[in-house]
Amino acid sequence: MSNEVSGQLLNLCCGLFLLSAVGVLWRRQVSSLITLLVVQGLALTGIAGLLAAQRHSPEVIGVAVGVGALKVGVVPWMLRRVHNRVPDARETRPLANVSASLLAAAGLTLLAYAAARPLVALAPSASAHATPVGVAVVLIGFFLAATRQRAISQIIGVLLIDNGIAAVAFLATGGVPLIVELGASADLVLAVLVLQILTSRLLATFGPTDLDGLRELHD
Amino acid sequence: MTTPMMLALYTPAAAPFLAALLALVLPSRIAVWTGLLAAVAVLASGVTLTTTDATLSVSGALGLLRADALTAWMLLTIGAVAVIACAAAPGYLRHEAAHHRRYLTLIQLFLACMSLAVLADNLGLFWVALEATTIVTAFLVGHRRTRESVEAAWKYVVLCSVGIAIALLGIVCLYAASVAAGGHGVTALSWTHLASSAHSLDPALTKLATGLILLGFGTKAGLAPMHAWLPDAHSQAPAPVSALMSGVLLSVAFYAILRYRAIADAALGPAYVRTLLLTAALASLVVAAMLLIAQRDYKRLLAYSSIEHMGLIALGTAFGVRIAIAAVLLHILGHGLVKSIAFCASGQVLHVTGSPDIAAVRALAARQPGLAGAFGISLVALLGLPPFSLFASELGVARAGFASGHGWAVAVAFTLMLVAFVAIARHGARMLLGPPAAQSTAPPPSVHRGRGLVFLGIGLTTAAMLGLYLGPLTDVLDAAAVVAGGH
Repeated sequence: MSNEVSGQLLNLCCGLFLLSAVGVLWRRQVSSLITLLVVQGLALTGIAGLLAAQRHSPEVIGVAVGVGALKVGVVPWMLRRVHNRVPDARETRPLANVSASLLAAAGLTLLAYAAARPLVALAPSASAHATPVGVAVVLIGFFLAATRQRAISQIIGVLLIDNGIAAVAFLATGGVPLIVELGASADLVLAVLVLQILTSRLLATFGPTDLDGLRELHD
Repeated sequence: MTTPMMLALYTPAAAPFLAALLALVLPSRIAVWTGLLAAVAVLASGVTLTTTDATLSVSGALGLLRADALTAWMLLTIGAVAVIACAAAPGYLRHEAAHHRRYLTLIQLFLACMSLAVLADNLGLFWVALEATTIVTAFLVGHRRTRESVEAAWKYVVLCSVGIAIALLGIVCLYAASVAAGGHGVTALSWTHLASSAHSLDPALTKLATGLILLGFGTKAGLAPMHAWLPDAHSQAPAPVSALMSGVLLSVAFYAILRYRAIADAALGPAYVRTLLLTAALASLVVAAMLLIAQRDYKRLLAYSSIEHMGLIALGTAFGVRIAIAAVLLHILGHGLVKSIAFCASGQVLHVTGSPDIAAVRALAARQPGLAGAFGISLVALLGLPPFSLFASELGVARAGFASGHGWAVAVAFTLMLVAFVAIARHGARMLLGPPAAQSTAPPPSVHRGRGLVFLGIGLTTAAMLGLYLGPLTDVLDAAAVVAGGH
């Protein structure tokens, strides 16, 4: 694969990565949100794989395979299990409507380009120019977690943040050290597992309400 | 490198991990004691590391683990609080019908993660261990499965995971800066490498990383304005878990800020981190003082008092001179001891009175003298009165503030602490003093067995002794302050 083709493929993956995050803000049906996360996982795997091929680094190839298995396989599977337990999990009353959310996404992307300037300036490789995409996905994840009312939407927000950070790590540095990547991935799987169990406990104790119904604790 | 030192390097994480495995198979009345033994092992490791040459450091596990004076000090704190919390476990479990095994396993895993975090010579590994503490404590916070505790657990996991993800983004930025400055692989994130190559890090990128890292670890350390999860989680968790979370987990998260400050100062100059820390410190003190005044729940009262003390710790760290850092470290140990005792005692108050409301507890001194004594004395210590070590450390922070030209910050901070002082003293007096209620229609309070109070007494005595005389700990405290960049 020539460098030019692989560079274009990388751009394609980055575009897909950002678009799937924007799509998460656009769609409300939980099943399509999970599909979008799978697409984003594929794009992230693509980014990791292309960078590994460019660098001929077996360690990064291993990481790419692991990331693919985690983001395309394990995490969506766990989310589907949450979704099956909470059947009608359509986002009913988000704090920001779809058009406002999309506008916010545009604003956050601009902000990401401004914030990521030091990263782009410092990193030597051409791929580093795409790091703002990862930062934008992190910000969109924050926005999602802050404005959505359903438990599963907040989990998806946390996952978007994690995907964004992983993308920044790959694009800016070619991936954090293996042991950190392994530990962070293990933490992510366990955190989603914990949130999955807590979601069913929320359902058992509060009934199928929004998180807005969590008002037992206040000062 | 001697064998006891190597043993002390691996034991603090390995012993609780082993105890967690044992808790899965042993009956819970035995597992309670193996858990206490593991806590004692952590404390013993801390003591071993502090009593050897204070300027020495040990490393092992392919350079991933390392212990220097600052680590030893943190291990000492973790061990001391863990002994108090594990000794309170039998008393807590006696009142709980089910899930003993899960409680005993998770609390030991929690201890192992905290020990690993302070022993890690790598910022990335530290992050992994700290995030793991969130995961293992989630079910401890939600242990009772009431509406309140499930809600608290949900907020805790979501807010802390998001908060600590910000720190991970900061670590990725720092890694990029470190690689660009010639770092390679895992070593690029090692504390030792970062400290030695800090001056060659790119300032713009380090500035970005510093903001993110302080925000992220600050969330987990309970600093305002990222504290929203703390009062809920600390008030809903079982008392011994609250003791560990309030007494040491907050300080373990802050430990990263302590170490990172030295690196950021070398790369950026001291003004940037100082401004951020001063803002967070004063914001925490404002939040704590305001919400302590009208507090109705005594465990939330203790939780807000933790925010207050973390604010003071951040304040001392912002001053950055050696005496300030030493005072901060002493405060971490003193606050850990005293706050864990206050939480353990509050758990017993909850069993005796059956209500978490301050208004429901009256005349505790007349009804339960021993328990009221432990709770009351720990409150007095938390208020920063002599002879307890918190008095000495608060005085140290104030003196350092004036000496380094931040008198205004000290004045503002201590005014806010005075408000908190009055609030806690008033609530405490209401709970403890006064004549017993006339209508004794309520079921007679269960006679409290004194065994659980012994460890609380030992802890309070230790805190008082530390306030009067540091003895052999002086050297290690000084060395730890130098490691944390005090100059």
